Amino acid sequence: MIKILRYSFYDLARSRWSYIYFLFYLLLGFVLLFLNSNLSKAIITLMNIIIVLTPMIGTIFGVMYFYSSREFTELLLAQPIKRGTIFLGQYLGIATSLSLSLLAGLGIPFLIYGVWQSSEIWNFGMLLVAGTFLTFIFVALSINISLKNENKIKGFGYAILLWLFLAVIYDGIFMISLVVFDDYPLDQFTLLASMLNPIDLSRILILLKLDISALLGYTGAVFSKFFGTGMGTVISFTVLVIWTFIPAWSMLKIAGKKDF
Amino acid sequence: MYYFFAVVKQPVVFLCFFLLAICSQAKVITVCEDCEIDNISVAVAQAQPHDTILFEAGRYSAVNIELVKPVTLIGRKGAELDGEAKGYILKILADSISVQGLRLLNAGKSYTKDFAAIYTYRAEHFTISKNEIVGPFFGLLIEKSSNGLISNNTIYGQSIREDDSGNGIHLWHCKNVLVSGNEIYGLRDGIYLEFVENSTIRENFSHDNIRYGLHFMFSNNDKYIGNTFQNNGSGVAVMFSKFIVMKNNLFVKNWGTASYGLLLKEIYDAEVQENQFIENTIAVFTEGSTRVNYLNNHFERNGWAIKVSGGCYTNIFAMNNFLGNSFDVSYNSKMNDNKFEGNYWGSYNGYDLDKDGRGDVPHRPVKLFSYVVNETPETVILLRSLFVDIINFSEKVSPVFTPDELVDLSPSMTQF
Repeated sequence: MIKILRYSFYDLARSRWSYIYFLFYLLLGFVLLFLNSNLSKAIITLMNIIIVLTPMIGTIFGVMYFYSSREFTELLLAQPIKRGTIFLGQYLGIATSLSLSLLAGLGIPFLIYGVWQSSEIWNFGMLLVAGTFLTFIFVALSINISLKNENKIKGFGYAILLWLFLAVIYDGIFMISLVVFDDYPLDQFTLLASMLNPIDLSRILILLKLDISALLGYTGAVFSKFFGTGMGTVISFTVLVIWTFIPAWSMLKIAGKKDF
Repeated sequence: MYYFFAVVKQPVVFLCFFLLAICSQAKVITVCEDCEIDNISVAVAQAQPHDTILFEAGRYSAVNIELVKPVTLIGRKGAELDGEAKGYILKILADSISVQGLRLLNAGKSYTKDFAAIYTYRAEHFTISKNEIVGPFFGLLIEKSSNGLISNNTIYGQSIREDDSGNGIHLWHCKNVLVSGNEIYGLRDGIYLEFVENSTIRENFSHDNIRYGLHFMFSNNDKYIGNTFQNNGSGVAVMFSKFIVMKNNLFVKNWGTASYGLLLKEIYDAEVQENQFIENTIAVFTEGSTRVNYLNNHFERNGWAIKVSGGCYTNIFAMNNFLGNSFDVSYNSKMNDNKFEGNYWGSYNGYDLDKDGRGDVPHRPVKLFSYVVNETPETVILLRSLFVDIINFSEKVSPVFTPDELVDLSPSMTQF
């Protein structure tokens, strides 16, 4: 598996797109800090970008890579290697290389601007952890989609739709249900609903760490109370881990049964 | 009369008059640890009206000292009055009393009495200045007094809870008082005014108090100018008052879930001008306030710059700067009787083709999301979600939910 992981990883590391992705984050980090050397503000802006962009890039990249390396996958399948090893290796290869682009691309400018000495280091760390989780989750989801769909166009369509659903439509439904059921106590529901969407969960985890959380008022207090405790942190990270594992597991299951 | 002035004009004669005045009337009683008089109660008892009591460096016990004749108390550097945690330290109960340069400590604390370091009752022409008051229950408690000056005092405590702490400067039923240049921190309310008329609060620095930096109740015709309110539990509250002028104040970092820079409730005919609001959760929260003019204020990096609640009519918002606030204006109804005109909006993205400094496209400062949050506060959890940006954009293009007429027709292109 390590060999396949390494192969996928190097394959991607050689490709132009990883570099573009890396350079994009590098540039973004430098430009943000150049325009506004306040680390806390830069982290807020960055959060907006990361929670939208990492899932999108993860999805598109995952689908794209999987379709384009299909022939290689088939070649591997002909060898005496376990299916699980092949797909897990490829998945980890893609996700790791994307995450590394993110970590290095943002880490370098922030380290240069002294995030290490600043009190923002934890918030920044949280941002990177959330970004990495989102990458792993969405790459797994996209491989699921591409395994299910032989048709590339269909696969792409579903992948984009999935991203759109979790990034935008979900929040819309969430907001409408909050407005409609205004008369009921909504704390538990809000907590639950934001747990069920990894993008929302990451957004709230980061927001609560920043001083903008004061705007969240009463609802924010409920959230801080929940996430502030050790239990809440454990639960929310567990949810993110589950969000990574379930798609990965279902990917292996589909791959195990699929007739290539 | 003419003759008198002619005499006074000659310097020597004038000097004689002056010396005579000093020798014959006010004498100075010096109190020090080795002096004949080494204690404040004896000094106060011996003093004739208009005498001065001068405290040399040292600590003097002072429990419930009543000043019932016009005297001046002056402390040299290092002079301290110790209340021994028993009650009031000084009580000003007569006119023309002045207390200066003293350090007052260990005033008593009580749950039934409003103990204060300096308590003033029915006094006129009092002066309290350059004192340092350490850890009081109430710092200065001034009741039914007028024509006073409270200046350059430092009052501080380490209060933690609202219910067992008092206010720094507390004025009740007063008239014509000038409160200026004081620094107050670590108390419940920095400055509290109730039924105070024609008074001025100027250039004070009220910070880190657990409740309000300044608290106004039922006080008409007052001004507060050039003060700084920073990092107080819930900012500044002005309630049930008429004809208030608030000018040139600085409201900074009143940040927290229940904080605001300035709370206006039931205020009529006030002027809010040239103030700076920086990093407050809600910079201005206004409810039931009518005919208030907000001119030339600067709102930067607040959560809400202006939050308008019910019953606010004919207010004018003009020539203000709005920069980097999460919500510029929030309204809880579709009705609007207030005017927004010629403000600078950081979020404005119109253009100015005729180069007259005014944007050609009207600006709508109320975002749909701020409307939704007002309706259902729980939705604020979607703050900074992509969906919110999208609906804000679509609402901006064609307003449906936000007040139609709430619009700045001539937004300024440049910051004031």
